[in-house]
Amino acid sequence: MILIKNGRVVDPANNRDEILDILVDGKKIAKVAKRIQDDAAQIIDAKDKIVLPGLVDMHVHLREPGREDKETIETGTLAAVKGGITSVLAMPNTAPVPDCAGHISLVREIIAKTGQANVYICGAITRGRAGKELSDILELKKENVAVISDDGASVESEELMLAAFKKAKKNGVLVICHCEDKALSANGAVNLGFTSTRLGLRGISCESEYKRVKRDIALAKKTQACVHIAHVSCKESVEIIRAAKKDGIKVTSETAPHYFALTEDDVLSYDTNKKMNPPLRGNADLAAIKDGLGDGTIDAIASDHAPHTDNEKDVEFERAEFGVIGLETELAVAITELIIHNVLDWPALVNKMSVNPAKILGINKGTLSEGADADIIIVDTDKEWVVKKDDFVSKSQNCAFLGKKLKGVVEHTVCGGRIVYRASGRGLYNLK
Amino acid sequence: MPWVRKDLLGLEDLSKEEIELILSTAESFKEVSTREIKKVPALRGKTVVNLFYEPSTRTRVSFEVAAKRLSADVINIVPHESSVKKGETLIDTGRNIQALKADIVVLRHFASGSADILSRHLDISVVNAGDGWHEHPTQALLDIFTLKEKLGRVSGINVSIVGDIAHSRVARSNIWGLIKLGAEVTICAPKLLIPCEIEKMGVKVTQSIDEALIGADAVNVLRMQFERDSDSAFPQQLEYFKNFGITEGRLKKAKKGIIVMHPGPINRGIEIESAVADGINSVILEQVTNGIAVRMAVLFLVAQAQEKIAFSG
Amino acid sequence: MAGNFERKSAVKEKAKILDKQAIGRALTRIAHEILEKNKGTQGLCLIGIRKRGVYLAHRLRDYIRKIEDNDVAVGILDITLYRDDLTFIGQNPFVGRTEINFDIGAKNLILVDDVLYTGRTIRAALDALADFGRPKSIQLAVLIDRGHRELPVRADYVGKNIPTAKTETVEVRLIEADGKDEVVIVEKD
Repeated sequence: MILIKNGRVVDPANNRDEILDILVDGKKIAKVAKRIQDDAAQIIDAKDKIVLPGLVDMHVHLREPGREDKETIETGTLAAVKGGITSVLAMPNTAPVPDCAGHISLVREIIAKTGQANVYICGAITRGRAGKELSDILELKKENVAVISDDGASVESEELMLAAFKKAKKNGVLVICHCEDKALSANGAVNLGFTSTRLGLRGISCESEYKRVKRDIALAKKTQACVHIAHVSCKESVEIIRAAKKDGIKVTSETAPHYFALTEDDVLSYDTNKKMNPPLRGNADLAAIKDGLGDGTIDAIASDHAPHTDNEKDVEFERAEFGVIGLETELAVAITELIIHNVLDWPALVNKMSVNPAKILGINKGTLSEGADADIIIVDTDKEWVVKKDDFVSKSQNCAFLGKKLKGVVEHTVCGGRIVYRASGRGLYNLK
Repeated sequence: MPWVRKDLLGLEDLSKEEIELILSTAESFKEVSTREIKKVPALRGKTVVNLFYEPSTRTRVSFEVAAKRLSADVINIVPHESSVKKGETLIDTGRNIQALKADIVVLRHFASGSADILSRHLDISVVNAGDGWHEHPTQALLDIFTLKEKLGRVSGINVSIVGDIAHSRVARSNIWGLIKLGAEVTICAPKLLIPCEIEKMGVKVTQSIDEALIGADAVNVLRMQFERDSDSAFPQQLEYFKNFGITEGRLKKAKKGIIVMHPGPINRGIEIESAVADGINSVILEQVTNGIAVRMAVLFLVAQAQEKIAFSG
Repeated sequence: MAGNFERKSAVKEKAKILDKQAIGRALTRIAHEILEKNKGTQGLCLIGIRKRGVYLAHRLRDYIRKIEDNDVAVGILDITLYRDDLTFIGQNPFVGRTEINFDIGAKNLILVDDVLYTGRTIRAALDALADFGRPKSIQLAVLIDRGHRELPVRADYVGKNIPTAKTETVEVRLIEADGKDEVVIVEKD
């Protein structure tokens, strides 16, 4: 039994934000109340700390199976719990692609053996993510895969996407859309505009993103299916989603920390750790993302954790892989950029990083209710730290925030009733 | 104004004073090439490696001549495209060159930003000899040097740059340099070859060649590479010449004595009429001569900065 | 010049060695000695080393004109590119232009500099001149010889010998560059 004492418990699912104790018994939360006494329990003093439901990151590339040189399910979930994330959605751009029952059970086996956090599998919309024919969505659903995406690519064929939405609707599956019109983004490397002109690189227009957002929302509307727009980066996308929500369309959306913390100016030194897709945008886009977070247009913050080896990043900018890691920094970036700058208050941030993504994914997480899974994190919100390459537990270090000073450190992570991470003391990780 | 940079990556980073220092140093170096013995021992014992991922005879030869007139040893490395795709990365190649105890790498690369990236991984000097569409600082410096020599000043002069601005590192470097030194710059190109938001660099933009030539003290004519880019809507050669070609007829309407520059190699009859390229307004061959002085100055300055860093470190 | 670097750090002026009149007298004497040794101006050229050697060379030409009523050619030599210490330790090398617009072959060259110290500047100047041709002879005229030679170099004409410590610097100030004529010894802290 674990007893977390004297922390400020922020649990918007139960409308709570006060100093409380939490008693964990086995895998579940046994009791949440003031001044719990239990002599048998292991006590964690959370005085002056914030206690939150474990975070849910609905956009993570764990790379295994296929690219274990970049990340494995083990290292990726270790990185997650260090970042306060107890549940992740693993995106399907792996080899093999989780597009059938066989491939999914293969991944499940690895998760069972090595996963340090809850890992949910996102199935592929199309077989092999090739954009040619649909996966058997019913079969995926039977495997308990309730979310599909071809993330990393958009399904170019509108006809195929329409069919996917119909099947998704029929089976109660959520479609996550990576919105990018390849014909418009045309081998770009940075945001189209003064930045691409200055750097002499091909540009990725906002249009390439928001046009596809528009298309996929229209298809969702037509089919009454649920659609989730991944990694929203630009102003127009925010506006389109806002309007769609007003219109009553079942659309949700997420953004990643780099889109509210960095802009295209950060890429002017050709730092390949600032290269991601969609690219860092302009100041107006950053402001729109913050507005969207503020007014609920953007429901969730997800890292789009995309590990790449040095070999793939220490090359010419246009040849470098897209993507950055984010699991170990996302909460601190969110605190530094959103809490300190009064974009969101604590309950709102917990909604974006835990409650809402759990709801969108239809998983029983994001709450500190008595009887719920004991996924709990304790955060020292005042502690400052500098992001350093050597400190990552992720296999890759392609972080956009290297060298930055951030606020907020995860002190303890409890996942399924076990302390899986503790920031201080020896034996950082309690491996299975 | 001391020179403290170990590298020359582009003109965007440089201050006005740094650009002026290179130009004044180049003025002194120009004399060396007029001597019977065209050689000074300033970089004796230094090794300059020309690492050219893109074929470029004239820039490479110019750097080679410049380095040799400074008594440096010069090695040319031209990686094959196949080995670039499969083999050693740029950074590994750079590290190997550094391990050979070379002192300066002159890099020409097809990818924008390559010189920046290489310089971050090496202690030895990196001189950018053209990276993708990004910058070609020594070309712009020699263009500006030539303008200064011909007009006596750069501040306040009107320079028009005509051609494929979108894919031109020469244009970008010229714009940064000229604007910093106080010149007025107009760029002129077909709509699709004008890069996004270029006016933020401080230039005027026009699609009319006549407008670009009126009042200009100099016109810098870029080489049109019709073979280069199949994906963007390139104009037809003949159509381009009709609308943007620099002809005697067009020059008649321009300022008397307008200076005509071209970074070479020239496509006669495509972006420029032969009569203009060879005519009295043309300074194209003087640009080549000045290129040596400018590159000598750059090699000398980065080498002495390097020694200074070594001394203080 | 040789080995003497103007530093921004605190320096203390210790003594004035020469004033305006004394510099004039020294240069007049050197002009006479040059003419005496070379038996007139026939085949004679002056080469000033940037930057104060250039002013001194022009002054010597003027004195020679007064004595002989004949003009001798003056060339300007910048030895930056011939130095054996590229950095000049702490100083920034400004590369000046070399202007020798006459054939130095078979001429008697008088190399002119302000201060003779280690001899390295003169070594560099000799290397530079070798690239311009083969003079009949090269002689050296300096306003100040402060000793501490590191190379086997000796001046043919010296305005004044001044024994110095290595911690001291000899500063030659000339109207053309500094607004006044004087030679001072300064102490580096």
